[in-house]
Amino acid sequence: MTIVNYDPRLVKSKNPYPKGPNDWKRFFSFNTDAKVIGIQYIVTALFFLLIGGLLAMLIRGELITPPSDLFDPTVYNGLYTMHGTIMLFLFLFPILSGLTNLLVPPMIGAPDMAFPKLNALAFWLVPVFSIILLLSFFVPGGPASSGWWSYPPISIQNPLGKIINGEMLWIIAISLSGISSIIGAVNFVTTIIRMRAPGMGFFKMPIFIWTVLAAQLLQLLGLPALTGGAIMLFFDLTFGTSFFRIEGGGDPVLFQHFFWFYSHPAVYVMVLPVFGIFSELFPVYSRKPLFGYKFVAVASFGITILSLVVWVHHMFYTGTPMWMRNLFMFTTMLIAVPTGVKVFAWIATLWGGNIRLTTPMLFCLGGLFNFIFGGITGVMLATVPVDIHVGNTYFVVAHFHYIIFNTIAFGIFAAIYHWFPKFTGRMFYEGLGKVHFALTFIGATLNWLPLHWAGLLGMPRRVASYDPEFAIWNVLASIGAFILGVASIPFILNMVSSWVRGKSAPPNPWKAIGLEWLLPSPPPHENFEEDIPTVLNEPYCYGLDKPFVEDEQFYIEKSLKKH
Amino acid sequence: MLTENQDLTLNHKPGHIKHDGHNITGFIIFLCSESIIFFAFFVGYSVLKISAPVWYPEGINGIDVKMPLINTVILVSSSFVIYFAEKFLHKKNLWGFRIIWFITMLMGSYFVYGQYVEWSELSFSLQSGAFGGMFYLLTGFHGLHVITGILLMGLMLLRSFLPDNYEGGEMGVESVSLFWHFVDVIWILLFGLIYLWQ
Repeated sequence: MTIVNYDPRLVKSKNPYPKGPNDWKRFFSFNTDAKVIGIQYIVTALFFLLIGGLLAMLIRGELITPPSDLFDPTVYNGLYTMHGTIMLFLFLFPILSGLTNLLVPPMIGAPDMAFPKLNALAFWLVPVFSIILLLSFFVPGGPASSGWWSYPPISIQNPLGKIINGEMLWIIAISLSGISSIIGAVNFVTTIIRMRAPGMGFFKMPIFIWTVLAAQLLQLLGLPALTGGAIMLFFDLTFGTSFFRIEGGGDPVLFQHFFWFYSHPAVYVMVLPVFGIFSELFPVYSRKPLFGYKFVAVASFGITILSLVVWVHHMFYTGTPMWMRNLFMFTTMLIAVPTGVKVFAWIATLWGGNIRLTTPMLFCLGGLFNFIFGGITGVMLATVPVDIHVGNTYFVVAHFHYIIFNTIAFGIFAAIYHWFPKFTGRMFYEGLGKVHFALTFIGATLNWLPLHWAGLLGMPRRVASYDPEFAIWNVLASIGAFILGVASIPFILNMVSSWVRGKSAPPNPWKAIGLEWLLPSPPPHENFEEDIPTVLNEPYCYGLDKPFVEDEQFYIEKSLKKH
Repeated sequence: MLTENQDLTLNHKPGHIKHDGHNITGFIIFLCSESIIFFAFFVGYSVLKISAPVWYPEGINGIDVKMPLINTVILVSSSFVIYFAEKFLHKKNLWGFRIIWFITMLMGSYFVYGQYVEWSELSFSLQSGAFGGMFYLLTGFHGLHVITGILLMGLMLLRSFLPDNYEGGEMGVESVSLFWHFVDVIWILLFGLIYLWQ
């Protein structure tokens, strides 16, 4: 790609929002602009990251010593349940919806999402169910305390006999979150299928779009199963039905099937867009085409299809027959194939590349490193004998935090830094970003690496007190957790102050290829409006003499002129 | 720079994408997703029934099929009737559309009434074991969909009286009709599962 020398005078704009009011009030209104909704999602989700992180530090504070001295064990049950629920449903899903909202329309050249009003509705459900969930701290009996998976019979106990209880509010919040996600998924899939720029066939889409499509199809196929299970759980809890009660002829294991039929694919709903982010960022920061573009694209759908038939690996130790264990061990291990394709493609992309260690690239490399580690422990856990030994120990906790935080959250941070200049029109402070990365990487490693040993030695999860022999691993983990807490300070500082008074960003600060980089920073209200570029090639032809769009120079000049 | 810009503009052809007409696509995607909830309930019903030593509550050997069978016939034929209503709309025969559309609504309402009569004559309740819960959950959840369908049809009927409402776009009618076929197909599966498989 030709390197564009932009005129620095052009980017000295007083108002970073050339179109639309430059005021903060639109972020608190029922705005139908996908870019506003995206930022609403991301900021809300980051707020809940802080709350979920606070709960995590309370948990680690309790676990720094073997006896349960900081909290009553009952309170501790509520803490980890709410920590898990908030991190998944109030942080990860909303923040990924936010990134998807910001990125999908500009990346495919669409002016907005297919259904802007539904989009706004999907966002505004987030504060509604968040408040419902947080209110459950204040009802008699406290919040839901049966873990984020809410297995019956524990979840349908209702010891105080009150109609409004923590568990009931939990189910309502999760169902509303489900409705929000389904609305979002319908919107994303329709937008991607119907509103791509001229010339952008499926095999010219950015990988991020491929992974979003794969992830959102997974939402559509899996989420209703959890909703069905949640409705039945709600009836059991509130109306005295016996779907999951043994004494009434029900079957508690049935709920586990409903739950994991969705909640295992849910991990892929979260990790697939992060794979997309990796695939977008590695070529940009190593100046090389993405290795095996078509294979990486198709592998996303391989993961989607396989992930629908692996859920029983969460239930190896709940009386599952042997043939089922073997079958699901096999399918689970098969997932390593498409995932391996991606990992090899990323490494081959980096190989011999001209690597720039910017903050987003550091987060990507850290995330990839952690993902390979978490992936290997994942294959270990898929093996039935290993899983029966370490299932429900800290080994599992360490494994899934390596995926959920050390991979997915790392990828999200990478994406936030990478696209921050594009959507705010401001550059962030590189130094603070690197401090954030260093603290996050050290904290995360210190937090979860030692817990693998605790788990292998047999420390059970979800307990407030434990045997003193596990103390050393827990002290290390707690120190790591507190470092992670500290890591949020440079991040918040960086985001707030860069957005307020950072240097103005040029349209394409990273010299990246992609439709969104042909737009001014920040993009105008309807992106390309009535003049959408015709796509000629996939957006990864770094160093190749293949043009990305027709009249590329025209759009580059236009994006510079808008300032 | 200016002249260079003008040259670039001269040969430039702006590209376009479709802005509307996504409603049906979105609605079909939604229905696929919605069918998974029913699918989950159906699987739950089957698993509980197969594994249960005693399926029906005490004193019950099965459920009467006659009333639901009449309901089935009504609902299935309404799916054909709604097709003709759509045909009339495509031929711009508004009154034909309104009348046939209204007949579909009546058939749907009769289905809900039949469901109500059946429920009120049953001797078991929501709390009567796994079967009681499943029976009311499945028929109730489906009934909610029928009621939603009738309300949506009412909305479309009212909309048809707005001037120029159907100039070129019958998205709403098409979507509701699609929804009605969906409710119909779900009922056929449900009927087979609960009433025929005893």
